[in-house]
Amino acid sequence: MEGVAQILAEHPFFAGFDPAYAHLVGHCAKNVRFDPGRYLLQQGASADQFYLLRHGRVALELSGAGRGTVTFQTLGPGELVGVSWLVPPYRWTYDAKALELVRAISIDAACLRGKSEADHDLGYEMMKRFMPVLIQRLQAARLQLLDIYGAHP
Amino acid sequence: MHARATDPMVPRVLRVRSRRRDGPQVWTLQCDDGANEPPGFAAGQFNMLTAFGVGEVPISFSGDPARPQRIVHTIRAVGAVSSALTRLGAGAALAVRGPFGTGWPMSEAAGRDVVLVAGGLGLAPLRPALYQLLAQRAGYGRITLLYGTRSPQEILFRREIDSWRKLTGVMIEVTVDHAMPPWHGHVGVVTALIPRARFDPRRTLALICGPEIMMRFAAEALGAAGVASEAIYLSLERSMKCGIGRCGHCQFGGLFICRDGPVIRYDRLREPLRVREL
Repeated sequence: MEGVAQILAEHPFFAGFDPAYAHLVGHCAKNVRFDPGRYLLQQGASADQFYLLRHGRVALELSGAGRGTVTFQTLGPGELVGVSWLVPPYRWTYDAKALELVRAISIDAACLRGKSEADHDLGYEMMKRFMPVLIQRLQAARLQLLDIYGAHP
Repeated sequence: MHARATDPMVPRVLRVRSRRRDGPQVWTLQCDDGANEPPGFAAGQFNMLTAFGVGEVPISFSGDPARPQRIVHTIRAVGAVSSALTRLGAGAALAVRGPFGTGWPMSEAAGRDVVLVAGGLGLAPLRPALYQLLAQRAGYGRITLLYGTRSPQEILFRREIDSWRKLTGVMIEVTVDHAMPPWHGHVGVVTALIPRARFDPRRTLALICGPEIMMRFAAEALGAAGVASEAIYLSLERSMKCGIGRCGHCQFGGLFICRDGPVIRYDRLREPLRVREL
Protein backbone atom coordinates (compact mmCIF):
# COMPACT_ATOMS: atom_id res chain seq x y z
CA MET A 1 0.00 0.00 0.00
CA GLU A 2 2.87 2.38 0.82
CA GLY A 3 4.12 1.93 -2.72
CA VAL A 4 0.75 2.83 -4.20
CA ALA A 5 0.41 5.87 -1.92
CA GLN A 6 3.84 7.02 -3.10
CA ILE A 7 2.90 6.53 -6.77
CA LEU A 8 -0.35 8.40 -6.15
CA ALA A 9 1.50 11.32 -4.58
CA GLU A 10 3.76 11.52 -7.63
CA HIS A 11 0.91 11.54 -10.13
CA PRO A 12 0.16 15.04 -11.55
CA PHE A 13 -3.51 14.67 -10.61
CA PHE A 14 -2.50 14.54 -6.95
CA ALA A 15 0.20 17.22 -7.10
CA GLY A 16 0.36 18.97 -3.73
CA PHE A 17 -2.07 16.50 -2.17
CA ASP A 18 -1.96 16.22 1.62
CA PRO A 19 0.13 13.09 2.41
CA ALA A 20 -2.50 11.99 4.94
CA TYR A 21 -5.14 12.05 2.18
CA ALA A 22 -2.79 10.26 -0.20
CA HIS A 23 -2.48 7.55 2.43
CA LEU A 24 -6.28 7.37 2.75
CA VAL A 25 -6.88 7.24 -1.00
CA GLY A 26 -4.06 4.71 -1.28
CA HIS A 27 -6.30 2.23 0.53
CA CYS A 28 -8.66 2.40 -2.48
CA ALA A 29 -5.92 2.15 -5.12
CA LYS A 30 -4.00 -0.53 -6.95
CA ASN A 31 -1.62 -0.76 -9.89
CA VAL A 32 -3.05 -2.16 -13.12
CA ARG A 33 -1.89 -2.73 -16.69
CA PHE A 34 -3.71 -3.22 -19.97
CA ASP A 35 -2.31 -4.65 -23.15
CA PRO A 36 -2.99 -2.80 -26.42
CA GLY A 37 -6.57 -3.28 -27.54
CA ARG A 38 -7.90 -4.15 -24.08
CA TYR A 39 -10.69 -2.06 -22.60
CA LEU A 40 -10.27 -0.12 -19.35
CA LEU A 41 -14.02 0.42 -19.23
CA GLN A 42 -17.01 -0.24 -21.45
CA GLN A 43 -20.19 1.67 -22.16
CA GLY A 44 -23.13 0.63 -19.96
CA ALA A 45 -21.02 -1.19 -17.39
CA SER A 46 -21.01 -0.19 -13.76
CA ALA A 47 -18.56 2.69 -13.05
CA ASP A 48 -16.78 0.99 -10.18
CA GLN A 49 -13.38 2.62 -10.61
CA PHE A 50 -11.41 5.28 -12.40
CA TYR A 51 -7.85 5.31 -13.66
CA LEU A 52 -4.87 7.61 -13.35
CA LEU A 53 -2.65 6.98 -16.35
CA ARG A 54 1.05 6.51 -15.76
CA HIS A 55 2.13 5.14 -19.11
CA GLY A 56 0.56 4.67 -22.53
CA ARG A 57 -2.38 6.22 -24.32
CA VAL A 58 -6.09 5.48 -24.13
CA ALA A 59 -8.82 6.20 -26.69
CA LEU A 60 -12.30 7.20 -25.55
CA GLU A 61 -14.78 5.79 -28.04
CA LEU A 62 -18.48 5.86 -28.82
CA SER A 63 -20.13 3.25 -30.99
CA GLY A 64 -23.44 3.43 -32.74
CA ALA A 65 -25.33 1.36 -35.24
CA GLY A 66 -24.43 2.40 -38.76
CA ARG A 67 -21.72 4.82 -37.61
CA GLY A 68 -19.06 2.43 -36.43
CA THR A 69 -16.72 3.42 -33.65
CA VAL A 70 -15.68 7.03 -33.30
CA THR A 71 -12.80 8.16 -31.10
CA PHE A 72 -13.61 11.53 -29.57
CA GLN A 73 -10.62 11.92 -27.25
CA THR A 74 -7.30 10.34 -26.46
CA LEU A 75 -5.63 10.57 -23.08
CA GLY A 76 -2.07 9.99 -21.99
CA PRO A 77 0.24 9.82 -18.98
CA GLY A 78 -0.72 12.22 -16.21
CA GLU A 79 -4.39 12.24 -17.17
CA LEU A 80 -7.39 10.46 -15.72
CA VAL A 81 -9.86 8.11 -17.35
CA GLY A 82 -13.44 7.91 -16.11
CA VAL A 83 -15.67 10.46 -14.40
CA SER A 84 -19.02 8.65 -14.42
CA TRP A 85 -18.28 7.14 -11.02
CA LEU A 86 -18.87 10.61 -9.56
CA VAL A 87 -22.61 10.80 -10.17
CA PRO A 88 -25.50 8.30 -10.17
CA PRO A 89 -26.33 6.00 -11.87
CA TYR A 90 -22.56 5.25 -11.87
CA ARG A 91 -22.47 3.75 -15.37
CA TRP A 92 -19.92 4.32 -18.12
CA THR A 93 -21.24 6.25 -21.10
CA TYR A 94 -18.38 5.39 -23.47
CA ASP A 95 -15.60 2.86 -24.00
CA ALA A 96 -11.95 3.42 -23.08
CA LYS A 97 -9.48 1.30 -25.02
CA ALA A 98 -5.74 0.96 -24.53
CA LEU A 99 -3.96 2.09 -27.73
CA GLU A 100 -0.66 0.77 -26.44
CA LEU A 101 0.57 -0.87 -23.25
CA VAL A 102 -1.09 1.10 -20.46
CA ARG A 103 0.03 1.25 -16.86
CA ALA A 104 -2.32 3.01 -14.49
CA ILE A 105 -3.51 3.34 -10.93
CA SER A 106 -7.03 2.04 -10.55
CA ILE A 107 -9.04 3.67 -7.78
CA ASP A 108 -12.06 1.87 -6.35
CA ALA A 109 -14.94 4.30 -6.76
CA ALA A 110 -17.20 2.98 -3.97
CA CYS A 111 -14.24 3.02 -1.58
CA LEU A 112 -13.38 6.65 -2.45
CA ARG A 113 -17.02 7.76 -2.33
CA GLY A 114 -17.29 6.18 1.12
CA LYS A 115 -14.17 7.94 2.39
CA SER A 116 -15.36 11.23 0.90
CA GLU A 117 -18.73 10.88 2.65
CA ALA A 118 -16.95 10.15 5.92
CA ASP A 119 -14.54 13.07 5.52
CA HIS A 120 -16.03 15.97 3.56
CA ASP A 121 -12.69 17.78 3.51
CA LEU A 122 -11.30 14.89 1.51
CA GLY A 123 -14.39 14.94 -0.71
CA TYR A 124 -13.98 18.68 -1.31
CA GLU A 125 -10.29 18.23 -2.09
CA MET A 126 -11.17 15.53 -4.62
CA MET A 127 -13.85 17.74 -6.20
CA LYS A 128 -11.34 20.60 -6.55
CA ARG A 129 -9.15 18.23 -8.55
CA PHE A 130 -11.92 16.79 -10.69
CA MET A 131 -13.70 20.03 -11.55
CA PRO A 132 -10.87 21.56 -13.64
CA VAL A 133 -10.65 18.31 -15.61
CA LEU A 134 -14.41 18.34 -16.20
CA ILE A 135 -14.35 22.02 -17.23
CA GLN A 136 -11.44 21.44 -19.63
CA ARG A 137 -13.24 18.52 -21.22
CA LEU A 138 -16.46 20.51 -21.49
CA GLN A 139 -14.61 23.36 -23.23
CA ALA A 140 -12.88 20.93 -25.54
CA ALA A 141 -16.20 19.29 -26.39
CA ARG A 142 -17.66 22.72 -27.21
CA LEU A 143 -14.79 23.47 -29.59
CA GLN A 144 -15.18 20.08 -31.26
CA LEU A 145 -18.92 20.69 -31.54
CA LEU A 146 -18.31 24.05 -33.26
CA ASP A 147 -16.42 22.25 -36.02
CA ILE A 148 -14.04 25.20 -36.21
CA TYR A 149 -11.85 23.61 -38.88
CA GLY A 150 -14.73 23.10 -41.29
CA ALA A 151 -15.07 25.19 -44.44
CA HIS A 152 -16.79 28.47 -43.59
CA PRO A 153 -16.97 31.00 -46.44
CA MET B 1 7.52 50.56 -66.56
CA HIS B 2 9.37 50.54 -63.28
CA ALA B 3 6.61 52.57 -61.60
CA ARG B 4 4.05 50.09 -62.90
CA ALA B 5 6.04 47.14 -61.59
CA THR B 6 6.27 48.58 -58.08
CA ASP B 7 2.74 49.94 -57.80
CA PRO B 8 1.09 47.69 -55.19
CA MET B 9 -2.27 48.06 -56.89
CA VAL B 10 -1.02 46.74 -60.24
CA PRO B 11 -1.05 42.96 -60.51
CA ARG B 12 1.44 40.83 -62.40
CA VAL B 13 0.69 37.56 -64.12
CA LEU B 14 1.77 34.19 -62.77
CA ARG B 15 1.60 30.80 -64.47
CA VAL B 16 0.60 27.70 -62.59
CA ARG B 17 3.42 25.15 -62.69
CA SER B 18 1.64 22.43 -60.74
CA ARG B 19 -1.49 21.80 -58.73
CA ARG B 20 -1.71 19.24 -55.96
CA ARG B 21 -4.64 18.15 -53.83
CA ASP B 22 -3.77 18.50 -50.16
CA GLY B 23 -7.10 17.57 -48.62
CA PRO B 24 -10.83 17.74 -49.18
CA GLN B 25 -11.40 21.01 -51.08
CA VAL B 26 -7.78 22.04 -50.46
CA TRP B 27 -5.27 22.49 -53.28
CA THR B 28 -1.72 23.74 -53.40
CA LEU B 29 -0.69 25.76 -56.45
CA GLN B 30 2.96 26.16 -57.35
CA CYS B 31 3.38 29.13 -59.65
CA ASP B 32 6.28 30.58 -61.56
CA ASP B 33 6.86 34.27 -61.11
CA GLY B 34 7.71 35.71 -64.50
CA ALA B 35 9.20 38.86 -63.00
CA ASN B 36 12.91 39.38 -63.66
CA GLU B 37 13.45 39.98 -59.99
CA PRO B 38 10.73 38.26 -57.97
CA PRO B 39 9.96 40.41 -54.95
CA GLY B 40 10.47 37.61 -52.43
CA PHE B 41 8.41 37.33 -49.29
CA ALA B 42 8.65 36.87 -45.56
CA ALA B 43 7.12 33.86 -43.83
CA GLY B 44 3.62 34.87 -42.74
CA GLN B 45 2.94 37.38 -45.51
CA PHE B 46 0.14 37.06 -48.06
CA ASN B 47 -0.62 37.82 -51.69
CA MET B 48 -3.81 39.06 -53.31
CA LEU B 49 -4.59 36.46 -55.96
CA THR B 50 -6.94 37.08 -58.88
CA ALA B 51 -8.87 34.46 -60.76
CA PHE B 52 -9.55 36.27 -64.01
CA GLY B 53 -13.17 37.20 -64.46
CA VAL B 54 -14.09 36.10 -60.96
CA GLY B 55 -12.31 38.21 -58.37
CA GLU B 56 -9.44 38.68 -55.96
CA VAL B 57 -8.77 37.11 -52.54
CA PRO B 58 -5.98 37.25 -49.94
CA ILE B 59 -4.03 34.00 -49.64
CA SER B 60 -0.99 33.41 -47.42
CA PHE B 61 2.26 32.07 -48.80
CA SER B 62 2.76 28.41 -47.97
CA GLY B 63 6.10 27.85 -49.74
CA ASP B 64 9.73 28.33 -48.89
CA PRO B 65 10.90 31.95 -48.50
CA ALA B 66 14.34 30.82 -49.68
CA ARG B 67 12.83 30.08 -53.11
CA PRO B 68 11.15 33.38 -54.06
CA GLN B 69 10.88 32.50 -57.76
CA ARG B 70 8.49 29.67 -56.85
CA ILE B 71 5.28 31.08 -55.42
CA VAL B 72 3.26 28.52 -53.48
CA HIS B 73 -0.23 29.01 -52.13
CA THR B 74 -2.47 26.47 -50.40
CA ILE B 75 -6.10 27.30 -51.01
CA ARG B 76 -9.37 25.91 -49.71
CA ALA B 77 -12.26 26.15 -52.14
CA VAL B 78 -14.95 27.89 -50.11
CA GLY B 79 -16.15 30.83 -52.23
CA ALA B 80 -16.35 31.71 -55.92
CA VAL B 81 -12.81 33.10 -56.19
CA SER B 82 -11.03 30.49 -54.12
CA SER B 83 -12.92 27.74 -55.95
CA ALA B 84 -11.91 29.19 -59.31
CA LEU B 85 -8.27 29.41 -58.19
CA THR B 86 -8.24 25.77 -57.10
CA ARG B 87 -9.48 24.74 -60.55
CA LEU B 88 -6.49 26.30 -62.32
CA GLY B 89 -4.32 23.63 -63.91
CA ALA B 90 -0.71 23.65 -65.10
CA GLY B 91 -0.07 26.50 -67.51
CA ALA B 92 -3.11 28.53 -66.46
CA ALA B 93 -2.68 32.21 -65.68
CA LEU B 94 -3.63 34.10 -62.57
CA ALA B 95 -2.78 37.56 -61.33
CA VAL B 96 -1.02 38.50 -58.14
CA ARG B 97 -0.41 41.58 -56.06
CA GLY B 98 1.92 41.47 -53.12
CA PRO B 99 3.53 40.40 -50.94
CA PHE B 100 1.64 42.24 -48.23
CA GLY B 101 1.55 42.45 -44.46
CA THR B 102 3.77 41.57 -41.56
CA GLY B 103 5.61 38.27 -41.31
CA TRP B 104 6.36 35.94 -38.43
CA PRO B 105 9.06 37.46 -36.17
CA MET B 106 11.78 35.05 -37.25
CA SER B 107 14.64 37.23 -35.97
CA GLU B 108 13.12 37.13 -32.48
CA ALA B 109 13.14 33.34 -32.61
CA ALA B 110 16.93 33.12 -32.71
CA GLY B 111 18.28 31.04 -29.83
CA ARG B 112 14.83 30.37 -28.37
CA ASP B 113 12.47 27.41 -28.24
CA VAL B 114 9.79 27.87 -30.89
CA VAL B 115 6.28 26.47 -30.57
CA LEU B 116 4.06 26.58 -33.64
CA VAL B 117 0.37 25.92 -33.04
CA ALA B 118 -1.65 25.33 -36.19
CA GLY B 119 -5.33 24.68 -36.66
CA GLY B 120 -6.82 23.34 -39.89
CA LEU B 121 -5.68 25.32 -42.91
CA GLY B 122 -3.63 27.48 -40.52
CA LEU B 123 -0.75 25.09 -41.06
CA ALA B 124 -0.24 26.60 -44.52
CA PRO B 125 0.84 30.11 -43.38
CA LEU B 126 3.07 28.52 -40.73
CA ARG B 127 4.87 26.22 -43.16
CA PRO B 128 7.20 28.96 -44.49
CA ALA B 129 8.25 29.71 -40.91
CA LEU B 130 8.92 26.04 -40.30
CA TYR B 131 11.00 25.81 -43.50
CA GLN B 132 13.06 28.73 -42.29
CA LEU B 133 13.51 27.27 -38.79
CA LEU B 134 14.55 23.89 -40.17
CA ALA B 135 16.95 25.44 -42.70
CA GLN B 136 18.79 27.15 -39.85
CA ARG B 137 18.12 24.47 -37.26
CA ALA B 138 21.23 25.18 -35.16
CA GLY B 139 20.08 28.74 -34.59
CA TYR B 140 17.10 27.77 -32.44
CA GLY B 141 16.25 25.72 -29.35
CA ARG B 142 13.55 23.07 -29.41
CA ILE B 143 11.12 23.33 -32.30
CA THR B 144 7.60 22.06 -31.67
CA LEU B 145 4.69 21.91 -34.09
CA LEU B 146 1.29 21.22 -32.57
CA TYR B 147 -1.30 20.74 -35.28
CA GLY B 148 -5.00 20.21 -34.87
CA THR B 149 -7.42 19.47 -37.63
CA ARG B 150 -10.83 18.00 -38.22
CA SER B 151 -10.11 14.39 -39.12
CA PRO B 152 -7.20 12.21 -40.29
CA GLN B 153 -8.36 12.68 -43.90
CA GLU B 154 -7.87 16.44 -43.61
CA ILE B 155 -4.26 16.48 -42.42
CA LEU B 156 -2.32 18.86 -44.67
CA PHE B 157 1.17 18.15 -46.00
CA ARG B 158 1.06 14.63 -44.61
CA ARG B 159 4.29 13.41 -46.24
CA GLU B 160 6.20 16.47 -45.08
CA ILE B 161 4.90 16.04 -41.55
CA ASP B 162 6.20 12.47 -41.59
CA SER B 163 9.61 13.69 -42.75
CA TRP B 164 9.74 16.47 -40.13
CA ARG B 165 9.03 13.88 -37.44
CA LYS B 166 12.31 12.15 -38.27
CA LEU B 167 14.38 15.25 -37.55
CA THR B 168 16.19 15.49 -34.24
CA GLY B 169 15.20 18.27 -31.89
CA VAL B 170 11.87 18.66 -33.63
CA MET B 171 8.63 17.55 -32.00
CA ILE B 172 5.58 17.18 -34.20
CA GLU B 173 2.23 16.30 -32.65
CA VAL B 174 -0.97 16.04 -34.64
CA THR B 175 -4.44 15.78 -33.18
CA VAL B 176 -7.84 15.50 -34.82
CA ASP B 177 -11.31 16.39 -33.57
CA HIS B 178 -12.64 12.90 -34.16
CA ALA B 179 -11.40 9.75 -35.80
CA MET B 180 -12.29 6.21 -36.72
CA PRO B 181 -9.99 3.19 -36.89
CA PRO B 182 -7.23 2.72 -37.92
CA TRP B 183 -6.18 6.17 -36.60
CA HIS B 184 -3.93 5.71 -33.57
CA GLY B 185 -2.83 9.31 -33.10
CA HIS B 186 -4.17 11.96 -30.76
CA VAL B 187 -7.85 12.90 -30.71
CA GLY B 188 -8.97 16.13 -29.07
CA VAL B 189 -8.40 19.85 -29.28
CA VAL B 190 -4.96 21.16 -30.15
CA THR B 191 -4.69 23.07 -26.88
CA ALA B 192 -4.63 19.72 -25.05
CA LEU B 193 -1.22 19.10 -26.64
CA ILE B 194 0.35 22.20 -25.10
CA PRO B 195 0.90 20.76 -21.59
CA ARG B 196 2.53 17.69 -23.17
CA ALA B 197 5.03 19.68 -25.25
CA ARG B 198 8.55 20.24 -23.98
CA PHE B 199 9.67 23.85 -24.07
CA ASP B 200 11.08 26.41 -21.68
CA PRO B 201 8.29 28.99 -21.37
CA ARG B 202 10.71 31.75 -20.34
CA ARG B 203 12.64 31.47 -23.60
CA THR B 204 9.87 30.38 -25.95
CA LEU B 205 8.44 32.17 -28.96
CA ALA B 206 4.99 30.93 -30.00
CA LEU B 207 3.43 31.32 -33.44
CA ILE B 208 -0.27 30.51 -33.81
CA CYS B 209 -2.41 30.29 -36.91
CA GLY B 210 -5.90 28.87 -37.31
CA PRO B 211 -9.53 29.72 -36.67
CA GLU B 212 -9.81 32.70 -34.35
CA ILE B 213 -11.49 30.77 -31.53
CA MET B 214 -8.76 28.15 -31.61
CA MET B 215 -6.05 30.85 -31.57
CA ARG B 216 -7.62 32.50 -28.55
CA PHE B 217 -7.72 29.26 -26.59
CA ALA B 218 -4.21 28.33 -27.72
CA ALA B 219 -2.82 31.71 -26.65
CA GLU B 220 -4.49 31.37 -23.25
CA ALA B 221 -3.16 27.82 -22.83
CA LEU B 222 0.36 28.99 -23.71
CA GLY B 223 -0.06 31.80 -21.19
CA ALA B 224 -1.12 29.26 -18.56
CA ALA B 225 2.03 27.31 -19.41
CA GLY B 226 4.10 30.40 -18.61
CA VAL B 227 4.70 31.96 -22.05
CA ALA B 228 4.44 35.75 -21.92
CA SER B 229 1.87 37.51 -24.14
CA GLU B 230 4.75 39.45 -25.70
CA ALA B 231 6.20 36.17 -26.96
CA ILE B 232 3.00 34.94 -28.63
CA TYR B 233 2.09 35.91 -32.20
CA LEU B 234 -1.17 35.26 -34.02
CA SER B 235 -2.01 35.50 -37.70
CA LEU B 236 -5.39 37.14 -38.17
CA GLU B 237 -7.65 37.15 -41.16
CA ARG B 238 -10.18 39.79 -42.11
CA SER B 239 -11.59 40.98 -45.44
CA MET B 240 -8.33 42.19 -46.90
CA LYS B 241 -8.92 44.06 -50.17
CA CYS B 242 -6.34 46.72 -51.07
CA GLY B 243 -3.50 45.11 -49.12
CA ILE B 244 -1.95 48.43 -48.15
CA GLY B 245 -4.21 49.83 -45.43
CA ARG B 246 -6.14 52.28 -47.57
CA CYS B 247 -9.58 50.85 -48.20
CA GLY B 248 -10.45 49.97 -44.60
CA HIS B 249 -12.13 46.64 -45.36
CA CYS B 250 -9.91 44.78 -42.93
CA GLN B 251 -10.08 47.28 -40.09
CA PHE B 252 -9.90 45.59 -36.68
CA GLY B 253 -10.20 48.21 -33.97
CA GLY B 254 -7.27 50.50 -34.51
CA LEU B 255 -5.50 48.08 -36.82
CA PHE B 256 -5.61 47.36 -40.52
CA ILE B 257 -4.94 43.66 -40.74
CA CYS B 258 -3.49 43.88 -44.26
CA ARG B 259 -0.87 46.41 -43.19
CA ASP B 260 -0.43 46.04 -39.40
CA GLY B 261 -0.96 42.26 -39.64
CA PRO B 262 -1.75 39.58 -40.45
CA VAL B 263 0.90 38.61 -37.85
CA ILE B 264 0.33 40.56 -34.65
CA ARG B 265 1.60 40.12 -31.11
CA TYR B 266 -0.96 38.72 -28.69
CA ASP B 267 -0.71 41.50 -26.12
CA ARG B 268 -2.15 43.84 -28.79
CA LEU B 269 -4.96 41.43 -29.58
CA ARG B 270 -6.13 39.98 -26.30
CA GLU B 271 -8.73 42.67 -25.58
CA PRO B 272 -9.95 43.32 -29.15
CA LEU B 273 -10.45 39.59 -29.69
CA ARG B 274 -12.97 39.57 -26.85
CA VAL B 275 -15.12 42.21 -28.56
CA ARG B 276 -18.01 40.72 -30.46
CA GLU B 277 -18.34 41.52 -34.16
CA LEU B 278 -15.12 43.55 -34.22
